[in-house]
Amino acid sequence: MALAGFANTSSRRTSAPMRRSRVAILLLLPGLAYLGLFFLAPLVSLVITSFEAPNPESFDIGSYVYSFQWQNYVAGVAEYWPIFLRSFVFAIIATVAALIIGYPIAYFIGVFLRGRASLQAFTLILVVAPFFISFLLRTLAWKQILGDDGWLVTTLKSLSIMPADGHITGTAFSVIFGLTYNFIPFMVLPIYASLERLDLRYLEASSDLYARPTTTFLKVTLPLSMPGVVSGTLLTFIPASGDYINASDDFLGGPSTQMVGNQIQANFLKLLDYPMAAVLSVVLMVIIMGVVTFYVRRSGTEDLV
Amino acid sequence: MAQASFADQGADLELSGIRKEFPGFLAIEDLDLVVPAGSFFALLGPSGCGKTTTLRIVAGLEPPTRGRVLIGGNDVTHLKAYRRPVNTVFQSYALFPHLSVLQNVAFGLKRRHISGADSDAHEALRLVELDHVADRKPQQLSGGQQQRVALARAIVNRPSLLLLDEPLGALDLKLRRQMQLELKKIQSQVGLTFVHVTHDQEEAMTMADTVAVMNHGRIEQLGAPADLYELPKTAFVADFLGQSNLFRGTVSSASARSVVVDVAGQSLTVPANRSVRDHGDLTIGVRPEKSQMHAGSAQHPADHNVIEGGRVAEVSYSGVSTQYTVQFPSLGRVVVFQQNADSGGPVAAGTQVSVSWPIESTFGLHDHRTIDVTAAANDAQEG
Ligand SMILES: Nc1ncnc2c1ncn2[C@@H]1O[C@H](COP(=O)(O)OP(=O)(O)OP(=O)(O)O)[C@@H](O)[C@H]1O
Ligand SMILES: [Mg+2]
Repeated sequence: MALAGFANTSSRRTSAPMRRSRVAILLLLPGLAYLGLFFLAPLVSLVITSFEAPNPESFDIGSYVYSFQWQNYVAGVAEYWPIFLRSFVFAIIATVAALIIGYPIAYFIGVFLRGRASLQAFTLILVVAPFFISFLLRTLAWKQILGDDGWLVTTLKSLSIMPADGHITGTAFSVIFGLTYNFIPFMVLPIYASLERLDLRYLEASSDLYARPTTTFLKVTLPLSMPGVVSGTLLTFIPASGDYINASDDFLGGPSTQMVGNQIQANFLKLLDYPMAAVLSVVLMVIIMGVVTFYVRRSGTEDLV
Repeated sequence: MAQASFADQGADLELSGIRKEFPGFLAIEDLDLVVPAGSFFALLGPSGCGKTTTLRIVAGLEPPTRGRVLIGGNDVTHLKAYRRPVNTVFQSYALFPHLSVLQNVAFGLKRRHISGADSDAHEALRLVELDHVADRKPQQLSGGQQQRVALARAIVNRPSLLLLDEPLGALDLKLRRQMQLELKKIQSQVGLTFVHVTHDQEEAMTMADTVAVMNHGRIEQLGAPADLYELPKTAFVADFLGQSNLFRGTVSSASARSVVVDVAGQSLTVPANRSVRDHGDLTIGVRPEKSQMHAGSAQHPADHNVIEGGRVAEVSYSGVSTQYTVQFPSLGRVVVFQQNADSGGPVAAGTQVSVSWPIESTFGLHDHRTIDVTAAANDAQEG
């Protein structure tokens, strides 16, 4: 926007935009090819699969033919809507929890440690350190800690804080806990990137204009770090709502905590019901896209960046 | 403690024994200052001398290493910025980029829950002639427009003490003059106290009741503009505020009325009450417009200092007056402003001349800061 003033000068040379657009297309080609091959083609294949019906000429399980079977969607939504609901509730709670935990961490690194580069680097490494260990191993480690034989549960039970038949794993709490834990770095990093660039003079101006620290935070710091908050919440919410590790029986979940990801996995790998797995995937994708669009519009971040 | 209404009068500001050290850098050495309520106080000084730091200490954005800040008689040294009855026009503007111009201006009023914040904000914007851009974001304004918004955002709060950090620096001459008048009007109408930092000595002289010249974290001299100009106390002030011809010499004789200084063999006299010293080494000076230039040998009145044997080195004609630089073998360069009232045109370069000026226009200065002047000039170039 600030560059609008320069627009006049460049538009005077009429041939330049033409040349530039040809170069742009050339440069875009590898990216477009990549998108076509690895995004568009699988997407089309997924949508086609979701309309398939069982092969009438074969009794093999897992043999399907294309037949525009749109009823698949009706069946999918009718059967799985409570699980969709649970997935999004879990993902939203985990996102909010990650935001509440991640924002202060990002603030601490980006604002409080401003000017002390080595401390900043060190704390950032601490934030991303979990990535050096596999996602599965980390979650399994938590299962060890939170499991029925783990020290936490045994201690709580021996202190009678927890009933003798109580569990932590297999509950909604442990699934949301796992989601929150696993996605916190995705929340912290973009918010940090935003806060790192925050000009502290705005905060001074705010306090000069009679704003208390809390008001300054709500009226200046938070709005100015909104781009980071939006990307952080999206980077957490999107993978969390499709996650199939944390909620699985083998990890922190149980039968009553199944999320869409688990159902997609089960339909695809165990029941070999490929159309249903595809239906669930497509529905999940459409809902996420709707939520994201609504969210980005509402948070008004387009003109913030 | 932030008042829920506008200040109905200014508050006086007192800084006592303020010192500010940054890690490895002494920004303010020892600052004592009293700004009476309702006065327009200008802080003038070269870049990096600590003007912004002083304002930040008053606003509560920077704690002093030592010393106290009193506003309206209350010790506010440890009071948070948002509790002080002070607003600042920041040198960097610091307009909130996520808020519209109007929201920026209304920010302070809203924080104090003052009713009619928006209409007050519109009025302040009309004052700086920017009401038509009220809905824009600050990034969509020119530098000068942003500066005026920053001005409106501070003024709209009518604080008892307003700190202005070069608030007109980005404006063209016409707008600058206009804003100077507006500022002066607001200040005198409401009787607010203004502390105005500026590089522009003309601005400081025309607007302020009191001017303080600051150098290297110290106030060199403080007083009414005319006093400061007519009788500077240090070589730095004489040079920074306007232009001066300075001569360094040794006092050869002194009486109750006058001090005679030997400058490279020439005897120059300064009234005793205009000299800071009457013995030892002394720097004396005079303003170029108080000096007269005479071609050939002329009769000089007895109450004038005269230096002979100069040669006109440079002539720069500017319509109303002509500026001559006269080269003296022993004294170096002397600048003379001559009104072009007399006919006959300017004296040509190369002419042999003498220069004279009334003794009562001469001043005797503390010169221990002459070294600092060059240091400041170097700093300014680096900064
Ligand atoms: N946070 C800081 N850390 C270290 N040194 C600082 C800091 N802030 C200012 N200084 C130094 O203190 C000195 C005074 O700075 P200040 O901003 O007050 O100058 P100024 O008089 O306002 O100059 P200008 O006219 O260029 O705005 C400068 O030499 C500057 O480098
Ligand atoms: Mg400054």
